[in-house]
Amino acid sequence: MDLFLIAHIAGRGVAIDTTQIDSVVDLSPVVAVPRAPSAVRGLVALRSRVVTVVDTGIALGLAAMPADARRAIITRLDGHHYAMLVDSLEDVASFARQPLSSGLALDRGWAAAADGMVERDGEPMLVIDLARLVPAPQAIAA
Amino acid sequence: MDDLLQDFIAETRETLEALSGEIVAWEAEPTDRARLDAIFRFVHTVKGSCGFLDLPRLARLSHAAEDVLAAVRDGQRVPDTALVNAVLAIVDRIGEIVEAIDSGSALDDSSEDLLIAALAEDAAPTAQSLPQSSMPNRTNARSVRLNVDLLDRMMSSMSEMVLARNELARRLRDQPIEPLVEGALERLSLTVAEMRDTVTRTRMQKVEALFSALPRMVRDTAAELGKQVQLTIEGSDVELDREMIELMRDPLVHIIRNAVDHGIEAPADRRAAGKREAGRLTVSARQSGNQILIEISDDGRGIDTDRLATKAIAQKLHTPAEIAMMDAKARLDLVFHAGLSSRDVVTAVSGRGVGMDVVRANLENIGGRIELLNQAGRGLTIVIYVPLTLSIMSTVVVGAGGQRFAIARQSVEEILNVRGEAVRVDRIGDAAVATVRGRRLPMVALGSLLGLDRADAAEDANGKLAIIATRDGDYALAIDTVLDTEELVVKPAAPAVMATGVYAGQTLPDSGLPMLLLDGAGIAAVAGLRFHRAAPVEETETVEAERGISALLFEDLDGERRVLPLAAIDRVEPVPTEAIRRTGGRLRLAIGGALVPLHAVAPIGSRSEVPVLRLTDGETDIAYAIHEAIEIVTLPRDVAPAEGAGTVAGVVIVEGEQIELVDALALFAAIDTAPPADRLCLLQQDAGGWMDTFLRPAIEAAGYRCVATVPPGASADVIVTMDAPPPPDADPAQVVRLRRERTGGDAMSIYRYDRPALIAALARAAGE
Repeated sequence: MDLFLIAHIAGRGVAIDTTQIDSVVDLSPVVAVPRAPSAVRGLVALRSRVVTVVDTGIALGLAAMPADARRAIITRLDGHHYAMLVDSLEDVASFARQPLSSGLALDRGWAAAADGMVERDGEPMLVIDLARLVPAPQAIAA
Repeated sequence: MDDLLQDFIAETRETLEALSGEIVAWEAEPTDRARLDAIFRFVHTVKGSCGFLDLPRLARLSHAAEDVLAAVRDGQRVPDTALVNAVLAIVDRIGEIVEAIDSGSALDDSSEDLLIAALAEDAAPTAQSLPQSSMPNRTNARSVRLNVDLLDRMMSSMSEMVLARNELARRLRDQPIEPLVEGALERLSLTVAEMRDTVTRTRMQKVEALFSALPRMVRDTAAELGKQVQLTIEGSDVELDREMIELMRDPLVHIIRNAVDHGIEAPADRRAAGKREAGRLTVSARQSGNQILIEISDDGRGIDTDRLATKAIAQKLHTPAEIAMMDAKARLDLVFHAGLSSRDVVTAVSGRGVGMDVVRANLENIGGRIELLNQAGRGLTIVIYVPLTLSIMSTVVVGAGGQRFAIARQSVEEILNVRGEAVRVDRIGDAAVATVRGRRLPMVALGSLLGLDRADAAEDANGKLAIIATRDGDYALAIDTVLDTEELVVKPAAPAVMATGVYAGQTLPDSGLPMLLLDGAGIAAVAGLRFHRAAPVEETETVEAERGISALLFEDLDGERRVLPLAAIDRVEPVPTEAIRRTGGRLRLAIGGALVPLHAVAPIGSRSEVPVLRLTDGETDIAYAIHEAIEIVTLPRDVAPAEGAGTVAGVVIVEGEQIELVDALALFAAIDTAPPADRLCLLQQDAGGWMDTFLRPAIEAAGYRCVATVPPGASADVIVTMDAPPPPDADPAQVVRLRRERTGGDAMSIYRYDRPALIAALARAAGE
């Protein structure tokens, strides 16, 4: 049994392993990063640290998050902090992680980000690996 | 070695403290594998360190305990109470010995055999009755070991504190505030600034940490190549940000390996070239302002620039015409080109081609730069300049498309108004070109490059041009506004952001909103600018001259405002007042281990720190203490000469005010610098060392270099002797004889304390 945070991303309920979560915050205004991949919404100051804000909608290959999305999960990857925007948060609970049901055809970004599933009151939920939602560096478009 | 020992003691003490809980738990449950492992690791570490530090007693104890614990781990022995007690007795004894080493007291070692014997499987249960040795007095630790993480956290809390203070100041500014509150805020600001300084210092480490591995590396590399290298290290006590030290490690190793491999020749070649068989390699560090200079110099063969040029043509990096247009420096810089090495043979030591280009890129990433001083056939000196600390960078904050960006100040050459007289913007095809005082520069509009605005910034009458210098060439960056200059703490941004190629990092300025630091060279690359090593720009010199001389306007110690031409000023820096003292007849400033003559027009007073202008004429450094620097002004052409002699050259009008122009020439002329010691004086040494102690300083002050034996190949200009006979082959006219008695003796000799006569005799003998 692991601890998971239940959140909503792109209108779906997902479970996120709490070991990946640094904190949960409401973001102050975001400063854009011109020329960065579209999934990078910008930079934000979190205490004395600069955090890169990730639009999880775009990262999943879906529609962009609304411009006023403020709630985010802070995660750390390779020494950098990222704020992953979410629609809303529910609660934290322990679940047993299960492998994805066989034959389940996930689409677009979901397939890349999924890392198993959990069952809450009979409702299956995808486990999302935040690290896989962090935009990878793209080659410079000349 | 002492440092290592101190580290070992601190580490062992710390582990023991952490381990005490484990020991108790293991005692309660000897089968607990995790506890066993923890104790095993401890004795294993101690054993390892002891071999290294040559501590045989500790090594013997820890070795015995390790053996037993290994047996337990393998299941060969059962951890019964006797065994646990015996191991714990050894752990305790290790702690006692470590304390004894630290306090320097002796500890009886008679019972150690018993302790070890108690570990044996068939040991009689005597372990309990071991003599309890009294704990030696523990010395007070003067230093503590800290995790770098903790220091980083401290640094970030510090930044947070600065932010909080700024916000407070901002809020207070919006409303009328009481003088008392203002005073408190002022005090808070001072404390915060001081603390920031202290916290920064906690991250400093001696550059020794970087240099200590060099002797071994040089020895090994030289041995591998069959060369002899004599390494000299200077300035190990210069301090540098510890992160910077780590980042410097690879480039330095690379440069030194290169020097030994490519620079210094094989002994036979050196003999043929008339050099000593052992090559000389000097590595030195020193601080200059807010930079650290690391100099690596060898007396090897230097870089063959002609061969580099030939290779560059062969590899089609440059056309022969381009090479022909390059000056010596540009050709030397070819060595930084990827894939180009001055050496044909690839050795195991230095790789091939990859090398100096990577070294330079790495140094530039940390805000440093590298310079080469090449003397073909006689050696190469590489100077690395790195900022004192990684974390703080001086930047210009600019606005483009409604957003703020920072640019490193060192890469901004100047900032001009687009509509200024000196600037013309043209379109050639679809490219924009800015002509600045006759110099044609490619132009990049920052706003449109970043996709921030459609309008062409160059069309905007209020727009500005920043001339950005990159190592390939200069270009004009069109921006909307210049907002500020700021000292910023710059950190690398997330990989996805860095991959855009136009940013060098991110920072959190006092405004509390994150800001991106632009990468000047990256922007040129993304904008597709291609630079050629073009013919040098002519005529700029004359244009510069017409602009008038830049000078620093400052308030002097006597309250007067004065100016001094900028070209004469090396830098302005605050120094502690106690570093300035009247010694040897004049004011001197002790700085960086050297004495610098200091001018002060009035007493410095009771302040603890005073800004000084550091002036240099290339050979002599002097300092000029001032009250404070005001601004940089352009001097008018007309200077009214001053009446009489002094350190004031004349009077100029700056912004309608009469300002005295300080005469840099007179400042240097007033300094009694010793004339260059080019005349060689041989002292025929006496047994008592009187000559060395009494005579030598006086003679050296008169401009002679004193030696006890004439180096081969040189000849003495003058020979001073007292009791000993002069060398048989000496020209009698060159010999100055001294006598001990005031009167009498040899008429040709000089009484040894008659200084004027001696100096005159020396000058005569030296043929002047």
